[in-house]
Amino acid sequence: MSEFFTLHVNGHDHEIRDAWLGENLLYVLRERLGLKAAKGACEQGECGSCSVQVGGELVCACLVLAASAVDEPIVTVEGLGDVPTDVQTAFVETGAVQCGFCTPGLILAVHHLLEHDPAPTEIVIREELSGNVCRCTGYGRIIEAVQRVSVARAAAT
Amino acid sequence: MPVLIPTSLADAVTAAGATPDALLLAGGTDLMVEINERHRDLPWEHASVIALNRVPELGSWTIDPRARTLTLGAGVRWAEIEREPLRSSVPALAEAARTVGSPQIRAAGTVGGNLATCSPAGDGLPVLVAHDATVDLIDASGRRSLPIADFMLGVKHTALRPGELIESITVPLLEGAQGYSKVGVRNAMVIATASACVATDVPSRSVRIALGSVAPTVIRVPEAESLVAASADWSSRSLAAQVITSAGGLAADASRPIDDHRSSAAYRRHAVDVMVRRQLRRAFPGGET
Repeated sequence: MSEFFTLHVNGHDHEIRDAWLGENLLYVLRERLGLKAAKGACEQGECGSCSVQVGGELVCACLVLAASAVDEPIVTVEGLGDVPTDVQTAFVETGAVQCGFCTPGLILAVHHLLEHDPAPTEIVIREELSGNVCRCTGYGRIIEAVQRVSVARAAAT
Repeated sequence: MPVLIPTSLADAVTAAGATPDALLLAGGTDLMVEINERHRDLPWEHASVIALNRVPELGSWTIDPRARTLTLGAGVRWAEIEREPLRSSVPALAEAARTVGSPQIRAAGTVGGNLATCSPAGDGLPVLVAHDATVDLIDASGRRSLPIADFMLGVKHTALRPGELIESITVPLLEGAQGYSKVGVRNAMVIATASACVATDVPSRSVRIALGSVAPTVIRVPEAESLVAASADWSSRSLAAQVITSAGGLAADASRPIDDHRSSAAYRRHAVDVMVRRQLRRAFPGGET
């Protein structure tokens, strides 16, 4: 395939050339653009480690055909900026890590959750993060981190 | 270019007609898994993919209040189906939607994709079958509609012809209690071990019982449906305990489950019995007579 398509990732346009037909967005982000935050683990949408925002929706990058993601803003953890966000800081402060592999996906999932529901109940947090939680526990601290950001944002407004 | 991204239904139909062997990509939650795992062998030099996610007609829905039907574009996603205003229109479909994968999967996966994949475990399918939905198909020569039971031919096998697209699914709106139950090893990210939809329509005094993951395609249980419909006290919405037990048994007997890595046939039959009884108690809460 000699043609190319353009992806809008973290505010920049990237020309993607010579992609193979079934190439997924996760591969493009990691192997072509060097954006290694999104992780590839299951490649079947189960683990959430590759969660990114495409067109404002939180999706698994491994299930997005890269060539079909043109004309939509794509946001990865790298797009959150060089300074840690309140969510990232809360994860550090509460020790909300499992082995860490899932953390970039969780950070984006938490940002996405709090954009849509600034004060989620614990059951909502659990449900909204159900596509990201792994098997190595630590869920309590992840929930604590979300609640901490929610409270801090409410106090700041 | 082997990836086509039509931006209108007309363009999508033209593209499908011109490349009838193209892979049709909706939400990608099934197809991309197959591609990632190379289970779906693409003849790379010749194959093409038609991505349907930019076709606005496929992503919309309408309610016809006179016909009392909901027409869901094939590209409507689970995330929309599980929320208002669609949730109130077909509550059991919203319940089924909420059991699909995870929020990430529901933000991508579509009802049309569920139908086209035609897995025995497709979460939306028992609800659509219980409603006697019709599948609206389109190709370059025109449109046709099939009852969903005639569309689903077998495991991952449908009546969709090469060059044809699912345009929409038309769901008759019922008036009465309805619900969806699913058994799996956890709440999120689970493929149904067994599932059941029970839907009632009070004006027509009808009961619909549809089962998933216990046969090659979704099955109805007409014996249990007519037993319940004839035995229920529709004014007080109550049902004899003995009828509930019989209906659960009939559903279990009608099931033709298999033993596989996800469960045993015996457990699936048991699960169907429990789910149907539980759904019937919810649909007829007026106390067991």
